[in-house]
Amino acid sequence: MISTLAVALDDYWVTTIFRIVGGLVAILLPAGTLVYLFLFKMMSFMQSRLGPMEAGPYGSLQLVAEVGKWIQKEDIFPERADKYVFALAPVVVLISTFVLVLVVPFGPDAVLLDLDVGIYFALAVSSISVIGILMAGWASASKYALLGGLRAAGQLIAYELPLVLAVLGVVIQAETLNMNDIVRAQANWEIFGFGGFGMPFIITQFVGFCVFLVAIQAELTQPPFDMPVAESELVTGYLTEYSGLRFLLFFIGEFATAGVFSFIGSVLFLGGWWVPIPGLEVESNWWNIIGPLVMAGKMMLISFFIFWFRITYPRFREDQLQRLAWKFLIPVALANIVITGILKVVF
Amino acid sequence: MTTEIRPGEFSAEVTNISDAEQMRYIAGQAADARLNVEIETEGMTLNMGPQHPATHGTLRLVAKLDGEQVIGAEPIMGYMHRGYEKLTEVRTYPQVTTLINRIDWLGSFANEVPFILAAEQLMEVEAPPRAQYIRTILFELSRIANISLFLGDMGVQLGAVTPVFLAFRDREFVLNQIEAVTGGRFHPNFDRIGGLKDDLPAGWIEDTKAVMATMRTFCDELEDLVMGNEIFQARCRGIGVIPPDVALSYGLSGANLRASGVDWDLRRDAPNSMVYDQVDWKVWTHPDGDSFARYWCRLQETREATNIIDQLLDNIPSGPIMAKVPRIIKVPPGEAYVATENPLGAMGYYIVSQGELVPFRVKIRTASFSNMSITPWLLEGVFVPDIITILASLYFILGDIDR
Repeated sequence: MISTLAVALDDYWVTTIFRIVGGLVAILLPAGTLVYLFLFKMMSFMQSRLGPMEAGPYGSLQLVAEVGKWIQKEDIFPERADKYVFALAPVVVLISTFVLVLVVPFGPDAVLLDLDVGIYFALAVSSISVIGILMAGWASASKYALLGGLRAAGQLIAYELPLVLAVLGVVIQAETLNMNDIVRAQANWEIFGFGGFGMPFIITQFVGFCVFLVAIQAELTQPPFDMPVAESELVTGYLTEYSGLRFLLFFIGEFATAGVFSFIGSVLFLGGWWVPIPGLEVESNWWNIIGPLVMAGKMMLISFFIFWFRITYPRFREDQLQRLAWKFLIPVALANIVITGILKVVF
Repeated sequence: MTTEIRPGEFSAEVTNISDAEQMRYIAGQAADARLNVEIETEGMTLNMGPQHPATHGTLRLVAKLDGEQVIGAEPIMGYMHRGYEKLTEVRTYPQVTTLINRIDWLGSFANEVPFILAAEQLMEVEAPPRAQYIRTILFELSRIANISLFLGDMGVQLGAVTPVFLAFRDREFVLNQIEAVTGGRFHPNFDRIGGLKDDLPAGWIEDTKAVMATMRTFCDELEDLVMGNEIFQARCRGIGVIPPDVALSYGLSGANLRASGVDWDLRRDAPNSMVYDQVDWKVWTHPDGDSFARYWCRLQETREATNIIDQLLDNIPSGPIMAKVPRIIKVPPGEAYVATENPLGAMGYYIVSQGELVPFRVKIRTASFSNMSITPWLLEGVFVPDIITILASLYFILGDIDR
């Protein structure tokens, strides 16, 4: 049945459908896991409470209940809102995340879109979400939303730069922009002849990893960088006027992006789908099966840090955030690039 | 539909505004106009509240913004006015305590004390020593119940959600102790003219000592988690600085005043029927006067309160808890004003009695009302996020503002 369907459709449509389904799975699954495990449960335990316990065993069906609730809610448009822009904004944010996940490799062949400029593409499309947020902020016709949207734009643009610069160190070391080749470079990489089983880049790019973590925290507008949605100042910033399904899309977008950035972080710094055990063959087909699981584990590790910071820290003020980006993170990232470049030439 | 306004007659649509308000409005318009000329932008009026998450209650703050900078801000109070001063005039003296419990709802018992003390002063009765001790202990317990919530809530206002859960967790122990004595978690209604309603339950003293140890741990925890946090310090230090003379001229009281370096505490300075002179304790002041100093002072006060309670628990005398008062309380004619150092600051009741079952007039002086009055002065020129820091650190409770 499926094979006849595949024959009936030409190759382009099969791959396109495969990419859409795969992309949706790759953003929805991590988003759901992060929300339940970290936002519902870990956050509760850190705050000495239990979190959701009623829906399903140990509250495991809480997500279903929440999604059901949001879908049922009325889709409210503010009276003076720019209706089309207002309706489109959450979709734009989600599309940014969706396109972002396409280039993430989960195995040697398990990648939805194997681009030679993979990481460059990823960083470029991750900025599309800024447009969506600005659209939401402007179209809501609310002062809180406008302030939130402007804050988001300023913040996301400021933190795009350290993000790119932090990644650049890895790219110099791996000598490629293709994300799968970055993983292979880590699998075949040795420090001073020691290695043989492949070391993740975090060992030499630790500074870059720290800058990357801070920058994605800001890109995700998670505390301590959540000024755009600062709920005690701006109610919820650009989300203020949204309700129902559109709010849900924003919500999924936020956590899906957290998952995808964690995927990218694990590819760049933690060795991607590769496990550093001696005697493993890089080009084995088994990696296509084990790879996604390894990636999921590494994604959870990075996400854990993201959510740990989120739960612990109070938020910065807008000017302090800009100062941190321009006066600290960017110089540090630049210095990291220079040192990486010099060492690359020397060794 | 148009309404015709004849000279000398107000229609419903014309609001009567006072001269001061009019001047402020004109000044605001002028500020907008200046901005428009200089940098070709429009000033924005941001209306925070009455339903805004930061105003935890129904405070309304009208802030004139230039970008994210505040040009002028004005708090508008009265959305929760419940007419308590008038309501007291139709309630007998024992009934009034039920009502005034609801003024500062986080430290309810502390609201009753100054009223009862003023009534006792008029009736010329004094509570027996045991009652005075227990009264002081409950007074300090309600201080902890009140301020510990502030210590966590300040974190929420600045974006850290965790401290408030720790605050709610440990505050619960204090509320349990209050409930064990009074039967009410939130609104004890326990203080009586001439003493207290009941004596302490068995085993209460040991339990309370354990709770005080918990609260000291809580203070240490928050000192580490909130006050030691670099971002918290960056957000609070140097924000909302109140010099001592300004603080005094605006009538600030409580920790807000002590954070400005003014050593003024009614527990020590005002003579009344509480036993603070029997205890070895310290009034904490901070020289800076900024938001951080206000947080610091409150944290130290909470810790000091646990010490006060510990010492009082050790020395409770035995004896009756009620002085001899008539069954039907009629307060002799006269006037009395008693103020005490409540969790939020100085709270006072001015009672005028004409010798009847009900007071003739009661004027309630609450701390938050005066503490809020400084906001127009304080918020000028700060950024939007700092509004929240300053409002949170001034620590008001809406019931205490509006009564």
